[in-house]
Amino acid sequence: MMATDLPAAKPKLQWMTATVREVIDETPRVRSLVLDIPDWPGHKAGQHVDVRLTSDDGYQAQRSYSIASSPDAPHVMLTVERLLDGEVSSYLAGDVIAGDQFEMRGPVGGYFVWTTALGGPVFLVGGGSGVVPLMAMLRHRAAAKSNVPTTLLYSSRTAEDIIYRAELDRLSGQGDGFTLAHTLTRGQPDGWSGLKRRIDRAMLQSVGFAPELKPRIFVCGPTPLVESAARELLDLGHAAQLIKTERFGPTGR
Amino acid sequence: MAEPPISRGFRGRGSGGKSTRVPPGQHLVTDFPVLSAGPTPEPDLANWRFTLEDGETPLGEWSWQQFNALSQTELTVDIHCVTTWSKLDTNWRGVSIDTLLEAVGLSEPPGPFVLLHCDGGYTTNVPAEDLLDGKAMVATQFDGEALDPEHGGPARLLVPHLYFWKSAKWVRRLQFLDSEIPGFWEENGYHIYGDPWREQRYDGD
Ligand SMILES: Cc1cc2nc3c(=O)[nH]c(=O)nc-3n(C[C@H](O)[C@H](O)[C@H](O)COP(=O)(O)OP(=O)(O)OC[C@H]3O[C@@H](n4cnc5c(N)ncnc54)[C@H](O)[C@@H]3O)c2cc1C
Repeated sequence: MMATDLPAAKPKLQWMTATVREVIDETPRVRSLVLDIPDWPGHKAGQHVDVRLTSDDGYQAQRSYSIASSPDAPHVMLTVERLLDGEVSSYLAGDVIAGDQFEMRGPVGGYFVWTTALGGPVFLVGGGSGVVPLMAMLRHRAAAKSNVPTTLLYSSRTAEDIIYRAELDRLSGQGDGFTLAHTLTRGQPDGWSGLKRRIDRAMLQSVGFAPELKPRIFVCGPTPLVESAARELLDLGHAAQLIKTERFGPTGR
Repeated sequence: MAEPPISRGFRGRGSGGKSTRVPPGQHLVTDFPVLSAGPTPEPDLANWRFTLEDGETPLGEWSWQQFNALSQTELTVDIHCVTTWSKLDTNWRGVSIDTLLEAVGLSEPPGPFVLLHCDGGYTTNVPAEDLLDGKAMVATQFDGEALDPEHGGPARLLVPHLYFWKSAKWVRRLQFLDSEIPGFWEENGYHIYGDPWREQRYDGD
């Protein structure tokens, strides 16, 4: 053995069995799963897990999902968007009923994480199911009674695709420094007075915090949305080190 | 090992067409997903430099033009991302680490460990021997085209036998070290080595 500074080996993240307690329809294509996981070690808002499904003939498929629940909540929640022909998502957000089981490993990721100790201001930018880890941050913020100035800019296709709509409305009505801005890219209900285009530079500028305030920025969603929002944020003068991104998927929406 | 619980009613795509080239827990994709921790940096070829270092001692430095004048290598390989996608037969062109060492007059790596430094401040660690004998390159082309910034252009490391986060995007500096220093993802819960065939995804795997 060479005299190296090899980090001490960490215990392996074990596969745990998760049992579905409750299935919540969030939108026509999105479901939340509330899970019972004995020995869940706890997590930080923004982290994800790996889920592994096993069929009765032993075939397995594995994908990553962000944790939607606050670390302060009694149960872990995942929120999954059903993709056309999606191998894992069409099961998790389609077939699953209470009592079903699958394996889970985590929490993973020490980077796309926000705790109240990190402070703010905080600018969250999400598209579609990309709101999931951002919701964990907002739930954590609310549970900790933090009043760190925080803004969520959230892009959905239509009003019925907005995930956590009622809860977001409630959180933004508390007068505790949380501001919510929806944008709807593919059709707006009658009387919609909010934003109605894809996230662009002008929107990031008017909705977000000025670069001088050094907001911590978290961008999450489909890859094209994350790529373009992160580029515009850099151009607006935000420091690269303050822009954290999580890319969910290969294709555009 | 305990049997995994069966996920009632889950069929998936089945293992029928599963290639023996796909490591455990991975699935094939035909597109090319993107994974990085922050914004994609704007390439600036005029000021681009690639440097090779032994600890803090510079061994060599190349401008974009000089780098492209080095002897070029082509590799067609399978790549495996820790987020569980694998892509077969990807074609890359660039400069092998063997060529870089040769260019500075070395036949052996000056240290057993390597830390790669990238635009945006990212780092990743790889044992030096994993970069030698044609196993790795600094790639500037993918599928015959200049490497897209999203995918790490102008230049990224390519070390295809490890999970793809090790193939650091926007790489600028390759530093040989006497001891191993964990890089960015490795500091953030990912495995220090990252062998997809041993499913070394996370710290402790
Ligand atoms: C760190 C991380 C966290 C994630 N968290 C979540 C989460 O909280 N909720 C969630 O719903 N998803 C999340 N994802 C995405 C998730 O891991 C899967 O990629 C997604 O559910 C698709 O898997 P699938 O098996 O259903 O589809 P696959 O069978 O793998 O793919 C089916 C088709 O859908 C396309 N596709 C794959 N992913 C996407 C995507 N994201 N958007 C659009 N098209 C896609 C593929 O190109 C393919 O054509 C996360 C991904 C990562 C890397």
